[in-house]
Amino acid sequence: MNPLSYDFMQYALLAGTFTALAAGLVGYFVVLRNEVFTSDALGHVAFTGGLGALLVNLQLLLGVFGSTIAVSVGMGSLGGRSRGRDVAIGTVFAWVLGLGALFLSLYTSAKSGASGGTAGVSILFGSILGLQATQAAVTAVAGVVTSLALLAIARPLMFVSIDPDVAAARGLPTTAIVIVFLVLLGATVAEAVQAVGALLIFGLMVTPPAIAQRLTSRPFTGMLLSGALAVGFVWLGLALAFYLSYPASFFITALAFGTYVVTLAVGRLRRVTT
Amino acid sequence: MPQQGLSWDLLADLQLLLEFHFMQNALLVGTLVAVLAGAIGYFVVLRGQSFATHMLSQVGFPGAAAGVLVHTSPVLGLIVFCVGGALGIGWTGRGVDAGRRSESAAVGSILAFAIALGLLFFRLYAGSAQGVYGFLFGSILGVTDQDVVLTAVTTLAGLAVIALIGRPLLFASVDPEAAEARGVRVRAISIAFLVLVALSVAETVQVIGTLLIFALLVTPGAAAQRLTSRPGLGLGITIGLSLLFMWGGLSIAYFSLYPVGFFVTSLAFATYLGIRLVKAAA
Repeated sequence: MNPLSYDFMQYALLAGTFTALAAGLVGYFVVLRNEVFTSDALGHVAFTGGLGALLVNLQLLLGVFGSTIAVSVGMGSLGGRSRGRDVAIGTVFAWVLGLGALFLSLYTSAKSGASGGTAGVSILFGSILGLQATQAAVTAVAGVVTSLALLAIARPLMFVSIDPDVAAARGLPTTAIVIVFLVLLGATVAEAVQAVGALLIFGLMVTPPAIAQRLTSRPFTGMLLSGALAVGFVWLGLALAFYLSYPASFFITALAFGTYVVTLAVGRLRRVTT
Repeated sequence: MPQQGLSWDLLADLQLLLEFHFMQNALLVGTLVAVLAGAIGYFVVLRGQSFATHMLSQVGFPGAAAGVLVHTSPVLGLIVFCVGGALGIGWTGRGVDAGRRSESAAVGSILAFAIALGLLFFRLYAGSAQGVYGFLFGSILGVTDQDVVLTAVTTLAGLAVIALIGRPLLFASVDPEAAEARGVRVRAISIAFLVLVALSVAETVQVIGTLLIFALLVTPGAAAQRLTSRPGLGLGITIGLSLLFMWGGLSIAYFSLYPVGFFVTSLAFATYLGIRLVKAAA
């Protein structure tokens, strides 16, 4: 059987490819700027935002995109992450997730059907094989726009991320660049939630750049490699999910993680032999 | 569930609360969990290990699913996976720290994989969506008699170990160098403590779920440390707060039919916010 003859596989490939590209590119800067846990927190926000939108009869996508972008910019403008705030942030996001659990329960009891029960699971763990044509199109377009926007600001963003003081001294609008990046981060999280789910966005946004940074120290090569790896994982993951009928997000995450472990091991070996 | 609603007669409300066996189990386990979580949580905040706690709870998720899959108690699976994760962190010998770039990328990758593994186990079991939610957000319905016994045993063991190593643990947490110089075995103690964290995470997950663990294991300790710097008093306040959140959350959830995790996290969040506002105003 040819996987590409099925509508749902075409939609999954269309949305998955561009989401992965955006996630890999944006993720490279997430790791570089050490904002891994911002993206984790945003995944939680996406869960609550998406269910909140469903609850008030809005489009799920609207809630996911709106909440992640708003919170991303909000967190960024508060700025200055310091150790003491871990607890405060953790407490707030535990509550946000708790709120999501409430929304889920309200939504499930309001709809009282099969659709209510699976909405939560598909936000948490992704539903790339269940996308409708419009959802796939919106996600793909969003992925393309995010990727292009990121490539457009890649050079100044790299400068600001590596050495913010010198970049500011050179007259770069550092605050504006960072805010644009945060908007892109929010949008990417919202896209990735579609593909792999709110709980597994690390698999697309953090693991590929982590691998890329192990393989090359050249920033732009690393960025492109990270994007390419993410796309590769999604393609292979979709193919495996098609033939083995287990969740696509499991295969995508497992492939990424396996590659990461192999990269680490090869790096160790090379260090031992030389 | 409750046949009548709430009334102003507190005794009747209490009888209503304790009417069903599942609720007795939930309250019993909740109390045990809150005491241990409070005692451990105080040291978690003191040692700055809130992130390791978050990580262990997510590593526990596939454990719970595996427990269901092989038809043993999910709590047993949780304990095995969490303790395994704790030993792994202890074995690498580095403090897991959200602040460091390479560490946080590695940890993030492991977390995503752990959750994905849990998802796969649930699919293999062909479990319902409700089962997944129970482990993610907690449930007051799922506590069996076997779980009560297991929780009681681990809580007692955990408290005994805390009583035993409490003093050197406090010393090693506040000033590791001085403790080392005085002959305290800092590394052994920190590994033992991680195992304790793992046990209390495993217990706590069964009531409020993998994703909401922060509210019982970290927030009470953080709130207590804003109120007092005396260790004994702080420990007492931490345990008191976590009991309060647990009992409050379980009772409200029972009467409202909404998820217990929401009420526990809301109580924790409101208390923490209140204390910070009062402290800021003072």
